[in-house]
Amino acid sequence: MNRKEIIIGLIIALIVAFFLSPLASSLPDGLEKVAHDHDFIAKSEQGSILKSPIPDYSFPGIKNERMATAISALLGTLVIFGISCGLALLLKRRRN
Amino acid sequence: MHIPDGFLTTNVWASAWAISAGAVGVCLKKTTQILKDRMVPLMGIMSAFIFAAQMINFPVIGGTSGHLLGGVLAAVLLGPYAGAVVLTCVLIFQCLIFQDGGLLALGANILNMAIIGTLGGYVIFNVFHKIFGSAKGFIIGAAVASWFSVVVAASFCALELAISGLSPLRIVLQAMVGIHAIIGIGEALITVAVLSFIQKVRPDLIYGLIRNTERI
Repeated sequence: MNRKEIIIGLIIALIVAFFLSPLASSLPDGLEKVAHDHDFIAKSEQGSILKSPIPDYSFPGIKNERMATAISALLGTLVIFGISCGLALLLKRRRN
Repeated sequence: MHIPDGFLTTNVWASAWAISAGAVGVCLKKTTQILKDRMVPLMGIMSAFIFAAQMINFPVIGGTSGHLLGGVLAAVLLGPYAGAVVLTCVLIFQCLIFQDGGLLALGANILNMAIIGTLGGYVIFNVFHKIFGSAKGFIIGAAVASWFSVVVAASFCALELAISGLSPLRIVLQAMVGIHAIIGIGEALITVAVLSFIQKVRPDLIYGLIRNTERI
């Protein structure tokens, strides 16, 4: 992959993240639905033992809900691209 | 199907953590062995795409939504081990930063989606790819495997929920498989669309299309 192809690939992912994430369905997912139908959804309400910086993909400080999601998606996509490339580089260096 | 904290009992999430840690260790080692220069940016792009696509919930029947898992997509493009590593990175990132899936349940989520869904999905892909031959088998294999990967991951999720005593296995398995059999159709459509596109523009990048002898 040359530099141009890498950038195009990343841009496709960023477009999906920014423009489609605000349109995502907010209906419960398969597991949430099953948990709800079979009366154990309440067990998750104690929350995580971990305090995440951006819970539920809603970027803090942005009033518009859709924009908060879109910004989270955009930044998250960029950061995970960096993390995975970094990990792959690290593995490659370890082999050499 | 990211399991939140609170659902799984300690014996279940701790066992899942142990199995996942071992399996991810093996995947990292195997990835290191086959890693080529060109795979570095490809792993980055695949994680980015899967992270983005996992945010796009699409409605399915009965007031439920689903989203791409991406395990088979990553495995066919990068090979099963690097594919599992990519899925693991995405799941860890989603858990730590976005609270999508619990921290205690992270081992179970990695086990279901990154290990069983991705590696298991790749095995199914390979079988169909061999039976039907190169061009046809590639698409059929990707479609069937991606559908199965979601259903199998959902089945393991159901098993963990049942062992945790939330609901009898028969009931929770039926419910999880039923809904994910439909979500799996979306998985198959997206996986086939993306792989067909890459097959058209850069087939040489696809691990699942490269002959074994040329891989290393």
